[in-house]
Amino acid sequence: MKILKLFIIIIILITNFTKGNSNESKDNLVNKISKNIRCLICQGQSIYDSQSDFSISMRLVIKKKLEEGLTEKEIYDFLKDKYGQWITYEPEFNKKTFILWIMPILLFIIGGAILFNRLFVKKY
Amino acid sequence: MKNKILLISLILFICFCLVVLFKGLNNSNVYIPETTNKIIKEFKSRSLFSDDEISSEKILVNSDYYILNIWASWCGPCRKEHPKLMELSKNPSVKIIGINYRDNLKNAKNFVKKFGNPYSVIFVDTNGIISIELGAYGVPETIIVNKDKKIIKKFIGYLDDKSFKELNSILK
Repeated sequence: MKILKLFIIIIILITNFTKGNSNESKDNLVNKISKNIRCLICQGQSIYDSQSDFSISMRLVIKKKLEEGLTEKEIYDFLKDKYGQWITYEPEFNKKTFILWIMPILLFIIGGAILFNRLFVKKY
Repeated sequence: MKNKILLISLILFICFCLVVLFKGLNNSNVYIPETTNKIIKEFKSRSLFSDDEISSEKILVNSDYYILNIWASWCGPCRKEHPKLMELSKNPSVKIIGINYRDNLKNAKNFVKKFGNPYSVIFVDTNGIISIELGAYGVPETIIVNKDKKIIKKFIGYLDDKSFKELNSILK
């Protein structure tokens, strides 16, 4: 009997522990997504940083969507569908944003080539 | 020769940057994504004047147009546009549906009693989830939906004379 009681207590403890962990990981995911979502009515703040009504509601929507079983990508897609690409801090690679993505790489290569030319090629 | 090519490419590059920046100046700094033709998905909530849960599917029926108006008693611009909604409510082909955004229910009821009730039904959106799922930025916001539940037009902010005229031309 004692062993049975002990077994039940252990099971309850384990269930609560894993439940707590899953809630914690869900909260972490809400925070992670919130940090990458722009508060559209604030200036230069993510919905994670902002305490506006818009941001609070937006965080609740993200939590609800996670509870409904949507993945991180699906949540981003849902928000982009409602508010456009601008809602995320990380712009997608498309025909409108390709310069933004390519320019740093291009400048790095050109800069590197100039440096290489000045330091090595001209010397010898 | 080499220096000339470098100089010309530098000038061309600066010109290109200036053209891009100048073009950007003409763009509006208010970014509103394309929302028309999207279908309103079902939402459920309790009504402001009864405790029953109602579904949008049962409300968005038997009318040519629906106006979804997101409002709150604490919002000043909502008071400003309220007379226009009262006027619109006289149009028999339109059903105005209110979504009360993050409000104190007692204040919301008093607001409607004081300024009149243009709404067929008022959904209570205590935590703002319904409004966000509709793609709202804040209050007030007005969404025009046709009988196929497709969004025709969205007005962000209060209905001024210009937007009211535009709204009426859509409903005609």
